[in-house]
Amino acid sequence: MDLQIALLLGQDGVVNGAIYALLALALVLVFAVTRVIFIPQGEFVAYGALTLVSVQAGKVPGTLWLLLGAGLVVAAIDIALALRVGNRRRLPAIVGWNLVLPGAVAGALYGLDLAQLPMALQVVLALAVVVPLGPMVYRLAYQPLAEASVLVLLIISVAVHFALVGLGLFFFGAEGSRTPAFSDASFQLGTLNVNGQTLWVLGASFALIVALYAFFGRTLYGKALRATAINRVGARLMGISTTLAGKLSFALAALIGAFSGILIAPITTVYYDTGFLVGLKGFVGAIIGGLVSYPLAAAGALLVGLLESFSSFWASAFKEVIVFTLIIPVLLWRSLTSHHVEEEE
Amino acid sequence: MNNGNILEVRDLCVSYGKVEALHHAHLQVAPGRIVTVIGPNGAGKTTMLSAIMGLLPAKGEVAFMGEVQRNMEVEHLVAQGMGLVPEKRELFGEMSVEDNLLLGAFQRYRAGERDHDRTMAEVFKLFPRLKERRAQAAGTLSGGERQMLAVGRALMARPRLLMLDEPSLGLAPLIVREIFHIIADLKKTGVAILLVEQNARAALQVADYGYVLETGTIVLEGPSRELADNPRVVESYLGLGGKRD
Repeated sequence: MDLQIALLLGQDGVVNGAIYALLALALVLVFAVTRVIFIPQGEFVAYGALTLVSVQAGKVPGTLWLLLGAGLVVAAIDIALALRVGNRRRLPAIVGWNLVLPGAVAGALYGLDLAQLPMALQVVLALAVVVPLGPMVYRLAYQPLAEASVLVLLIISVAVHFALVGLGLFFFGAEGSRTPAFSDASFQLGTLNVNGQTLWVLGASFALIVALYAFFGRTLYGKALRATAINRVGARLMGISTTLAGKLSFALAALIGAFSGILIAPITTVYYDTGFLVGLKGFVGAIIGGLVSYPLAAAGALLVGLLESFSSFWASAFKEVIVFTLIIPVLLWRSLTSHHVEEEE
Repeated sequence: MNNGNILEVRDLCVSYGKVEALHHAHLQVAPGRIVTVIGPNGAGKTTMLSAIMGLLPAKGEVAFMGEVQRNMEVEHLVAQGMGLVPEKRELFGEMSVEDNLLLGAFQRYRAGERDHDRTMAEVFKLFPRLKERRAQAAGTLSGGERQMLAVGRALMARPRLLMLDEPSLGLAPLIVREIFHIIADLKKTGVAILLVEQNARAALQVADYGYVLETGTIVLEGPSRELADNPRVVESYLGLGGKRD
């Protein structure tokens, strides 16, 4: 291996690592707030990428039907519940988020000439289809069992994962797709040829991380999410409901997932089930952070990306094995250095 | 059943499995009054507050501001104007004092009220020590300061009823006295207070009306002055010192 190859592999690793870092952050967030190990995170990656592919091809993406259907079911359940306890003030929000918003997205997808739109708008439309699915999934699959144990929530996650992968196959078919790069520019950095997409991924990941940092540090809703993660009872006593926090964290996770999918779509061919492996690698990063530390999770994810790209050079047949084996020494190290805390109640 | 009471609890029963922890309890809190529930450890005092606040499933009727609550979700009751300072304080330890207070106003912020800066100034006036420590993490505060922060955080919601669960628990005597002074001061702001205490002497001194809870049942009630003279209360809760003015 010479420097040239090392730099190339490093570039690959950092780009993939940035995506894993985003997913790791989303996993830590969801786990801290809801105690859910969010295995379906990867499906949002695939949905984001493939929805954008459909939009760019001028087709109405199949995920729209999932959005409309899930919105209808959520609205029906929540309206019935709100009426039963006589809480009519919640009705506008329920109708707005679950019926009006999906309806508006559907209107835009059918009314606009999708293939001719500027790319930024196509991305926004794809996000508008996929991101609202996050809170809806939380409402339907997790909220009724929000107080269950971590293990039960994990089992739900596995079920949701399989359901979403199956739906993905139904919506997008078995073929993989790519999107055109955000930019064709490339330039020389020393001996390394840096292409525009690399910069896009790194820049967008960095911007998203900064935005998340500002959200959690500066806004009251961000602080409310942190408060829920620190002390659930205390947060409830402030009127921060577990449901609100859950939906908000799932919306963020869906946004991060779909956005990551859109970022990798020009680099790698995305299939309906690609998200799972990508999500799992983010998960390895999150585990390195103990599912609690954001900076450690991001650093761990970068390490996963680099390890993956270098092992694909030396032992490409074993690259997944090497990456996932990393979790064993990490778990050993974590269990030796941190004292065990029993899960409360 | 609107007879001017802020809080009216009827036939409240709470069970942990087959064990009934609270047995047909009743309770009333009039506007601007301090009402106390005293009783020994394990009598069900905390259970009672948790049930009123919607933290525990319960049978019975809770009427707040004259309206029987059909929706006993904590968040809903907070929005109605109930506040609870729990026994364990439940602060956000890794967050700053200021952020803890700010989150106290979350429900009102969500409803569109943006006067949290003014409310915080009022809380700081009540607890100058919190102002000094505003940038410090809540977890680094002393026991007394934590209690002040917990009360201040609850006040940020501008509650109509403030429920305090064992505010003197685990605090040094001098701090306990300070906390009870503050409770007496709070009364002047017009908020009704439901105070649950093991420290019966201090509680009866500051309260207008009292209930005695023993093994899940209300066994005695009356104006706190009368309770403090009741031989049974003197014997069980006030000890040999008897009543002290």
